[in-house]
Amino acid sequence: MERNNKTTGKVAGIVANLVIVEVDGPVAQNEICFIQHNEERLMAEVIKVVGVNAYVQVFESTRGVRIGSSVEFENHMLEVSLGPGILSRNYDGLQNDLDKMDGVFLKRGDYTDPLNRVDKWGFKPLAKVGDKVTAGDWLGEVMENSVPHKIMVPFKMDKRYELKSLAEAGDYTVDETIAVVVDDEGQEFPLTMVQKWPVKMAVRAYKDKPRPFKLLETGVRCIDTLNPITEGGTGFIPGPFGTGKTVLQHAISKQAEADVVIIAACGERANEVVEIFTEFPELDDPRTGRKLIERTTIIANTSNMPVAAREASVYTAMTLAEYYRSMGLKVLLMADSTSRWAQALREMSNRLEELPGPDAFPMDLSAVISNFYSRAGFVYLPNGSTGSITFIGTVSPAGGNLKEPVTEGTRKAARCFYGLSQARADSKRYPAIDPIDSYSKYLEYPEVMENLKKNVGEEWLADVIKAKDILLRGKEAMEQINILGDDGVPMAFHDRFWKSELIDFVILQQDAFDAIDASTPMERQKYMLSSVLGVADAEFKYKGFEDVSVFFKEVINIYKQMNYAEFESDDFKKHESALQELLKGRMN
Amino acid sequence: MMESQAFQKIYTQLINMTKATVTLKAKGVGYDEMAMVHGRRAQVVKLMGDLVTLQVFAGTEGIPTNAEVTFLGRPPQLKVSEELGGRFFDAYGDPIDGGPQVEGEIRDIGSPSVNPVRRKQPSQLIATGIAGIDLNNSLVSGQKIPFFADPDQPYNQVMANVALRAKADKIILGGMGLTNDDYLFFKNVFQNAGELDRIVSFVNTTENPPVERLLVPDMALTAAEYFAVDKNESVLVLLTDMTLFADALSIVSNRMDQIPSKDSMPGSLYSDLARIYEKAVQFPSGGSITIIAVTTLSGGDITHAIPDNTGYITEGQLFLRRDTEIGKVIVDPFRSLSRLKQLVIGKQTRADHPQVMNAAIRLYADAANAKTKLENGFDLTDYDERTLAFAKAYSDKLLAIDVNVDTDTMLNISWELLGKHFTKAEVGIKQEFVDQYWVGE
Repeated sequence: MERNNKTTGKVAGIVANLVIVEVDGPVAQNEICFIQHNEERLMAEVIKVVGVNAYVQVFESTRGVRIGSSVEFENHMLEVSLGPGILSRNYDGLQNDLDKMDGVFLKRGDYTDPLNRVDKWGFKPLAKVGDKVTAGDWLGEVMENSVPHKIMVPFKMDKRYELKSLAEAGDYTVDETIAVVVDDEGQEFPLTMVQKWPVKMAVRAYKDKPRPFKLLETGVRCIDTLNPITEGGTGFIPGPFGTGKTVLQHAISKQAEADVVIIAACGERANEVVEIFTEFPELDDPRTGRKLIERTTIIANTSNMPVAAREASVYTAMTLAEYYRSMGLKVLLMADSTSRWAQALREMSNRLEELPGPDAFPMDLSAVISNFYSRAGFVYLPNGSTGSITFIGTVSPAGGNLKEPVTEGTRKAARCFYGLSQARADSKRYPAIDPIDSYSKYLEYPEVMENLKKNVGEEWLADVIKAKDILLRGKEAMEQINILGDDGVPMAFHDRFWKSELIDFVILQQDAFDAIDASTPMERQKYMLSSVLGVADAEFKYKGFEDVSVFFKEVINIYKQMNYAEFESDDFKKHESALQELLKGRMN
Repeated sequence: MMESQAFQKIYTQLINMTKATVTLKAKGVGYDEMAMVHGRRAQVVKLMGDLVTLQVFAGTEGIPTNAEVTFLGRPPQLKVSEELGGRFFDAYGDPIDGGPQVEGEIRDIGSPSVNPVRRKQPSQLIATGIAGIDLNNSLVSGQKIPFFADPDQPYNQVMANVALRAKADKIILGGMGLTNDDYLFFKNVFQNAGELDRIVSFVNTTENPPVERLLVPDMALTAAEYFAVDKNESVLVLLTDMTLFADALSIVSNRMDQIPSKDSMPGSLYSDLARIYEKAVQFPSGGSITIIAVTTLSGGDITHAIPDNTGYITEGQLFLRRDTEIGKVIVDPFRSLSRLKQLVIGKQTRADHPQVMNAAIRLYADAANAKTKLENGFDLTDYDERTLAFAKAYSDKLLAIDVNVDTDTMLNISWELLGKHFTKAEVGIKQEFVDQYWVGE
């Protein structure tokens, strides 16, 4: 997109946030332009060109805009600014710093700088003068909160360069030159701590992208134990409203073992973002002892903010994640909800009068989703370090129907499926992840199996499969009981059903609002699973089928008290020995 | 507010006309601008070169091609001041109660969104006395929540009760497609309560053109923002019935030849509804806007696009259901949900509230299973029998909408019922609360 003069144009048509601009020169697909309206400049993006007419989607309300208003094209696509100072910021979908805006209400055409240009960062050089460098190579580092933030050769620099000079250790602003590199033709490029990158392009400054193989702990038992996600893995959480998608997402983003967490609140409720704004500065990151907000960046484009910026917001979030991954960090990216993003695509497609696909979504929806998910992953960087983006998106299926286009499209792209069940939510069995329908493809990866055996335990996988079998057989038993009646089935059916209830209540259900139960480390998960499986293996004496439920309710009640107690505390042990007493009295 | 400005250019040639829109050639027109077409109010919905398409709110019946068209040079507006209190207006903000025009500051309706970082987390419990709400689905100021109800259920009555007990500084009623009877009901209830001064109403009845009701929520919320921002008041906005609002959206989008998505609704339904509901907010200065809406269902179907999109936007929903066991309407504990209750229960209410609530609902669910067993002709266990007895008492003493007690009393009644019908192990509540509150052995 190299051009000397800026292309300009005039507004020729307006339908809601779709504006047609008659242009006087070349324009590029996805190029950014600004529409002048009185004192305001409204940002827009080219999404279609027909002859001299560029169709642009405006990231703002078009109220009052007139035919003939002048438009200026910017010669670049939608870009983000990358540099130290992104963590703990709250951005909108276009990376405007929301805290820098004046007033309670958002003002149209108010664009704010995502970075702080005044503060100095303690720079420490990592490369040496004379080094041959390419895009993404680390030149130095600054400490951003507690995260080592690498200053890299900008991703846009696509040749090999020699490092001609590098700043000494010291304090610099983001805009000071910290290095100069020279290309083969002798042309010099001064570099600062800031670079820009177009959000819709994937950053490819890595050497290799193997299949993910390491477990990523989330502290959520029905994920870690039953259907684990990996570092660099992808997963999605579809669920009808009211089944706890957001609570689950928040729990994962608080607890997951990540260096950096990026949350894209995409077209969702503003109060949910406020909850993060309010809680994260207070909550401790158990791994660093610092506050959670220090490792978190929030992209807030809530449902009442302009719809085109909503579409941009997920790309902005992904690009920030790629930037931190290139520093060799473990990044967790959460997007709530990707359905809102798809709806934004649908609204524009509709205004463009494109022929619609299923449910009026654009025909290429599935490809767009796959392409986005493919930007996550575990990578080896050129210098041998590793980095990862683990991506979990929520999906809000229309009418709770998992056959709708967004869910179907996402199912093809994501490797873990955490389906939230209305029935479980109705009976307050939270998190409402359906244990039977959900899956993690990673459990089938030999490298993941190897890794679990080594890090969790030799028996672990066998235990997990056993737990899943018990749940499935319990469900079958329950169906039989419902058809044939309590006394129409053998006692073994009741035993089978209640053993699955035991796993459900003790392992699957977890109280996200209890300080202790909310997050369970892997070691404790392993202990609890093997304890519960011990009970499931045992045979007990029952006086009748009613007695089965009475007995198991007592067992479950004690286990629940254990879940609420500090692991291996006196309280925990007290409940555990009470449990042993109870079991002993019943053993066959 | 009939406007006519002498210096304005009058156009007299319509080029195209549909049931809801007219198109003419005009210059210098702004998007969203208001206009008068043949004495009827209209708004710019499309600009293409020198062609302007106007949506005529009252429909185009009888409009000739040589009708007079004038542009007003402004979006829809409302005059705001303390004088709004106690008044009834139509969808354009004109009085329908025979009183004089309101004097005040002119505000554009459909104002920008609140910057999310400037919002405060909602934290103030709204007590309604209805246990189905206060105990299981507590409301919080700054929340947005609809009643999901079939058209034959008494949602307007419950909503009026909630509004009057909620201790808000102002109540703003946005009535869309209200029958005249319902309009008079609200008027009477507010009058009889002697509360008229703190109530402002914007009403589109079934006698008015349906497309007009698209303006009602924005009118109501512009007034709400005036009281919440300028006066730091707590404002409760009642929107009934949002299904009729969405129907009007689909009429317009259909007439604009847009491709419909699910259930013939426009593809932008989610954004259109979110723009309204997200006006619910707790401002840092102390003012707040709480929205309680009504979404009528067709045959209880919540998978329809309107309740479905609403459910994803609002912070929960309240379901009304007739419980045949007790012959009363109850707030359904399974399908109702208040997402913000976690912010207040056990904090502004007693510490045992969350656990008692969950235990009671879980046992109520067991009763539903027992009922299924009974219907399928199976014998019930002793436990089943006890859950059924519990469920009946729980419905009658707590879930019924005619209950009006404070939250502590609701909790005490819950403990009483739990203790009467169950053992401690069956209830499964944290030991410390059991020790403190258990009634019975």
